[in-house]
Amino acid sequence: MSIAITTQIICFSVLSLVILIGALGVVLLESIVYSAFLLGGVFMSVAGLYLLLNASFVAAAQVLVYVGAVNVLIIFAIMLVNKKEDLKPISDIKSRRIISTSICLTLLSLLIRVDLTNVWSLSSPQNSIGEESTIRIGEHLFSDYLLPFEVASVLLLMAMIGAIVLARRDVMSKDISTGLPVDQELLEKSSEPLLTNKN
Amino acid sequence: MEYGLDLEYSFNEFLKGFGLSSEIAHIIWLPLPMLLVLVAAVVGVLVTVWLERKISAAAQQRIGPEYAGALGVLQPIADGLKLLVKEDIIPAKADGILFTAGPILVLVPVILSWLIVPFGQNLLISNVGIGIFLWIALSSIQPIGLLMSGYASNNKYSLLGGLRAAAQSISYEIPLALSVLAIVLMTNSLSTVDIVNQQSGAGILSWNIWRQPVGFIVFWICALAECERLPFDLPEAEEELVAGYQTEYAGMKFALFYLGSYINLILSALLVSILYLGGWGFPIPVELIANFLNLPINAPLIQVFTASVGIVMTVLKAYLLVFIAILLRWTTPRVRIDQLLDLGWKFLLPISLANLLITAGLKLAFPQFFGG
Repeated sequence: MSIAITTQIICFSVLSLVILIGALGVVLLESIVYSAFLLGGVFMSVAGLYLLLNASFVAAAQVLVYVGAVNVLIIFAIMLVNKKEDLKPISDIKSRRIISTSICLTLLSLLIRVDLTNVWSLSSPQNSIGEESTIRIGEHLFSDYLLPFEVASVLLLMAMIGAIVLARRDVMSKDISTGLPVDQELLEKSSEPLLTNKN
Repeated sequence: MEYGLDLEYSFNEFLKGFGLSSEIAHIIWLPLPMLLVLVAAVVGVLVTVWLERKISAAAQQRIGPEYAGALGVLQPIADGLKLLVKEDIIPAKADGILFTAGPILVLVPVILSWLIVPFGQNLLISNVGIGIFLWIALSSIQPIGLLMSGYASNNKYSLLGGLRAAAQSISYEIPLALSVLAIVLMTNSLSTVDIVNQQSGAGILSWNIWRQPVGFIVFWICALAECERLPFDLPEAEEELVAGYQTEYAGMKFALFYLGSYINLILSALLVSILYLGGWGFPIPVELIANFLNLPINAPLIQVFTASVGIVMTVLKAYLLVFIAILLRWTTPRVRIDQLLDLGWKFLLPISLANLLITAGLKLAFPQFFGG
């Protein structure tokens, strides 16, 4: 076994361990801040797996989009509404847990089926493109994957307009979260954070 | 035009001469450039700190450090030693794990980005295909470290500083990436070596600064904002926030922030010189000079000479930009947070978008000048 292959196996096992433990931590930890930071670690390790697969552009894009944008915004939102409160016990927690477990198991079985039925091996080792992958991805995005690409951008535009409407209360006469008429003069008046539970 | 020193090849051949296999020679080679660049980065920080002290003193009509070494050149080393032996304090109500991890997350991506800084045709750690994109991706990790240390300090000033730092770096990353994209469009490649080679045709006349003046200014403003230098040092604005996210830090953990910000400044200056000022290129192409003097460009001695000229040129251009950054810091007032965000979103973003669009149009219209 050559040194390169040994290094790859070590990297792969370390990365997979970090992903598994980190993902479990994201779900199981009580503190939402820790969950958010661990999520960033999981995203980074997934980028490491892409690097091992010689997909350096995808790895860098993963870091830029998921760690640099998505995860930073999640942490940002958590810190802006950083309010200590005890969560109320939910009444039908058991049935909820059963439903969510069954959905997750169904998804898992679907993924396992894909894993088993798909042919993963490349026809020849020369087919791996490595550094040229950036150019290939660009070609595919603007030829046979053009429609999904454009649809995704329309989706993002919709999300952006929605965010602007929610943030700019002067667009609407009523506050969406509270139903009270909006004070047009004090847009930055402190209001109840959207995430807190009001009863 | 593949010329220039290939130290890795010569080193591996040298070790193979002792009967080592090529894999072992490669493993012995691997840490050497990394260590060299790390040492270069730290020495660069020491020089920059000294320059900062001296230039700020000159700007305020003081003398500055004088007694530690000739002209006070040993002052930064004294500063570093002081930080090294200070007590490492974690506040009682702080979150110990996140408090320690924050500064590391700030420093590591900056040092990793030195991977792609070329000092010559083969004088860089790794000529990765994604090149400059790697730097953009890595620099987006930094806000997480800032938010982490701001939150873990359990201090209102720290949290506000961390939030400001994240908001600032998110808003300035977009125009930064767009102005890099215009350069990439002209080069047809993301690799930093290709970007420099594309500017090496006619010496100073072919540098990207003439073809991308708007991009150059946008990039420089955004780079200063990403480094949190005055006039954009809101995250640590001392009149408002004590020291922002650094308030609770002392000793070596504070030194990590300090190192990180100065390494980032030097890295940004190096990248500006690579993207816009021709990288290691001499204002008059060295091939022309060699031809004029009837010297063979591939002779070993000439190659050593051109390589050292390349290193000197890269460092010289970078330090010229560092000098401008220091002058800006000590002569301009700080902007307000709303002015900062307005400048980023309402001015730099549209301008860099228009710049990208115009570059694409010019590339189609004049392929010989704007890269075909």
